[in-house]
Amino acid sequence: MFAQRPDIRPATVEVLVDGTPVRVPEGASAAAAVLLAGLPAIRETPVTGAPRLPYCMMGICFDCLAEIDGVANRQSCMVTVRPGMQIRPQRGAREAYRPEGAA
Amino acid sequence: MSLSYDLAIIGAGPAGMSAALEAAGLGLSVAIIDEQAAPGGQIFRAVEAAAADPALTGEYARDGAALARRFRAMPNIDYRPETTLWHMDAETGLLSLRGARGSETITAGRVLLATGAQERPVPIPGWTLPGVMTAGAAQILLKQAGAVPKGRTVLAGQGPLLWLLAAQLARAGAAPALLLETTPHGALREAMRAGGLWRGRAMLAKGATLMLEARRAGMKVVRGVRNLRAEGDGALRGVTWDGGSTGCDTLLLHEGVIPSTHITRALGLAHDWDGAQLCWRPTLDEWGASSHPRIAVAGDGGGIGGWQAAVEGGTLAALDAAHRVGKLPAEQRDRRAASHRQARDGALALRPFLDRLYAPAPTVLAPADDATVVCRCEEITAGQVRQAARLGATGPNQAKAYLRAGMGPCQGRMCGTTVAALIAGTRGISMEEAGVLRPRAPYKPITVGELADLPADEAV
Amino acid sequence: MTRQSFDAIVIGGGLVGAAIAYGLQRQGLATLLLDEGDIAFRASRGNFGLVWVQSKGLGAPHYQRWTRGSAQEWPKLAAELKERTGIGTGLQQPGGVHLCLSEEEFGKRGEYMARLQREAGNFGLEYRMVRGAEARDMLPGLGPQVVGMSWTPYDGHASPLYLLRALHTGFTGAGGTYQPNARVEGSSAAPNDFSVEAAGQRYRAPRVVLAAGLGNADLAPRFGLEAPVRPERGQILVTERTQTVLPMPTTTIRQTEEGSLMLGDSKEDAGFNLGQSPEVMRKIAQRAVLSFPWIANLNLVRAWSALRVMAPDGLPIYDQSERFPGAFTANCHSGVTLAGTHANRLAPMIAAGALEPGMAPFSARRFNVRSAA
Repeated sequence: MFAQRPDIRPATVEVLVDGTPVRVPEGASAAAAVLLAGLPAIRETPVTGAPRLPYCMMGICFDCLAEIDGVANRQSCMVTVRPGMQIRPQRGAREAYRPEGAA
Repeated sequence: MSLSYDLAIIGAGPAGMSAALEAAGLGLSVAIIDEQAAPGGQIFRAVEAAAADPALTGEYARDGAALARRFRAMPNIDYRPETTLWHMDAETGLLSLRGARGSETITAGRVLLATGAQERPVPIPGWTLPGVMTAGAAQILLKQAGAVPKGRTVLAGQGPLLWLLAAQLARAGAAPALLLETTPHGALREAMRAGGLWRGRAMLAKGATLMLEARRAGMKVVRGVRNLRAEGDGALRGVTWDGGSTGCDTLLLHEGVIPSTHITRALGLAHDWDGAQLCWRPTLDEWGASSHPRIAVAGDGGGIGGWQAAVEGGTLAALDAAHRVGKLPAEQRDRRAASHRQARDGALALRPFLDRLYAPAPTVLAPADDATVVCRCEEITAGQVRQAARLGATGPNQAKAYLRAGMGPCQGRMCGTTVAALIAGTRGISMEEAGVLRPRAPYKPITVGELADLPADEAV
Repeated sequence: MTRQSFDAIVIGGGLVGAAIAYGLQRQGLATLLLDEGDIAFRASRGNFGLVWVQSKGLGAPHYQRWTRGSAQEWPKLAAELKERTGIGTGLQQPGGVHLCLSEEEFGKRGEYMARLQREAGNFGLEYRMVRGAEARDMLPGLGPQVVGMSWTPYDGHASPLYLLRALHTGFTGAGGTYQPNARVEGSSAAPNDFSVEAAGQRYRAPRVVLAAGLGNADLAPRFGLEAPVRPERGQILVTERTQTVLPMPTTTIRQTEEGSLMLGDSKEDAGFNLGQSPEVMRKIAQRAVLSFPWIANLNLVRAWSALRVMAPDGLPIYDQSERFPGAFTANCHSGVTLAGTHANRLAPMIAAGALEPGMAPFSARRFNVRSAA
């Protein structure tokens, strides 16, 4: 879990983390938003379903993969937040294709 | 048609920025490609936004910000932030990029890889639990978002960054509760023999100040720690070691940094196993030129030396690039290089001492416990790798084929060296004999659609 | 003292050599399997993973039968390997399709399949040309440009890498000797008496099987054989894992057991160059997106090139030395498809000392008109 220091870096950008609004500083990454929101896991692995949170924050480990604005498996530590960005955790392997008419 | 440059630089950290400044100053056309949204690399990450943070004083706020300012002010540099290189054809100099402008290709007469360092993976039992991160990750959160760990924080491992982070977190009002230092007893006396202490005295003094600062803020230190384990079921609950344990909410691991060799290995450049720094590094000459005539490497990507050495190395590589494209006679190149060489040597003076003092334990390279996950993506354990080695895998590439270790999204960035070390240990061979994992393009993921949309005439 | 005398030496630890070595050892022949090291050309590591029947053997009915026979042997081999090693090879044989992206392609494919069926004669070949709504029912998310497809019930796929590990594990588990980092340095041949130098040792056996892929071209003449094989580069793209969506493989797209989509089937003459070319990768991606538009959204996490082992006519070469009985060669670019016959039919012939007469059309003598006449 991580905490902000609003006196140093005001939280000015509102994003949605798993549907809940969170305000974070400009320049923060989507992965930072997930950690600041206090989510227990950003993804569950496609291999064993183990929960993960970001590990390296520098684009190496790929443990921070998340769905951002409807695009699955993005390296959330490499994506800078933008107002209204929707960040969702992923459970297991992503969906490949949703047939027309399916929910 | 692809845009064409005298020099393409990959990475806008200290080495990349400094190389771009020097090369542009000498009249070369320069493109610089960087994954981040702003210049700085990892060490000076987000320096333009965060230099005023009182937790981040010192070289970061002073030297980092100054370098970024000069870089921004320099005309004639085609700076491409938020852009990744996903393929390079070394023979033709064709670089395939993915960035804000979509997929595109450029060509370059010379390519400088300034891709920096990554933290050495620290595969301890439980290191995949949510709540376990690297020390560098916490520092990036501080720089990029002003964020600090909440609750009880434990740092574990060794190296200058760990103490720097401890001091920075203390300044930010979030001093870690405990530092578990893995440096063995007696390592300091041994390291003193490496020398360089007098030339590196300013750096040593800086380190001592950081230690004092963190301890004044209440951080306890346990030295000579062995057999670290992160404990918890689905989330971190605590950490144990030989003779101790404690509860914690965040565990930050660090065993030093190693060159990011993903691209240099994918290109098939020659590499050497660095027995002092215990990592692979590309084989380079005094200018940073690699085994391929078009490609050079500068900064920590060519061997860990820190940001000051990287700045000088970037300049030297740029001088050589200018010479090779015919814009700087050899004699002028050599004359200009002299002061930078001297500065680099000064910056590297303390390195042998640090390398010896903070040499990771053999179990960091090859975890002893067979149940420890080594490939985080495919969730392959040390025991499975040992079994593959006994079956006949003589190196990480065959182990990858047998086990899928290194086949996940990170492409072996995390596990490649660990797998090789486990094979070397099991088969009784050297790291050189085990060899390097050879990744392939795309170096970073691109979508099938982006690839399909590449203009046909550019993807030659 | 390591063992130096064997019943058989197999040179080449890829899918072809490993399947044969496994078959020999299983029959009780003490077998030595010599392999190269961590970095080798290794077509096996680059295999696409189809167990494929419907594009094989036009104008060569013997090859069509051999391939069909292998598809039939596969379930037995997979079950046996699973039982002996615990390693699943991911075999699925739900049938497969070849997608046609234009009326012209569809017409040509129809003619091709009809001819294949005629050549099959009494052996038979079941297939259907499927169009429109029916095709879209069979495969979700098929693109609007897909006009139709050919379907056969015989096709399937498996994991080449798990197959390789299972064969190596099964081979050593049955008592076989696997020797990596053992490039052949020297050899001598006499009828039913061969010696091979590798990894600083000299090994002897009355049988030797050359299964060294492209390396066979140089090795074969030393044993009184010919293997005029050359490299053909193929590139493959692999996406991230997704939930299972494709019920059956196509000639160029398959979804692996783990959920990744593999896209492939390029052919280039690039010599021994293992490089990747963005242009070929782009074409593979384009065809995949035309076939299934949703693939455009998936991330590519890996890609590679590998060198197929190609004879001048694209067919396998199986041969035995007349001058030095006991020496055999096996050369093909379908190490996965043909693993079933290699382990279950070819290995027993080699163990018995001679290829069956029906194998004669596979001999390299077919390239040499004078000696064939």
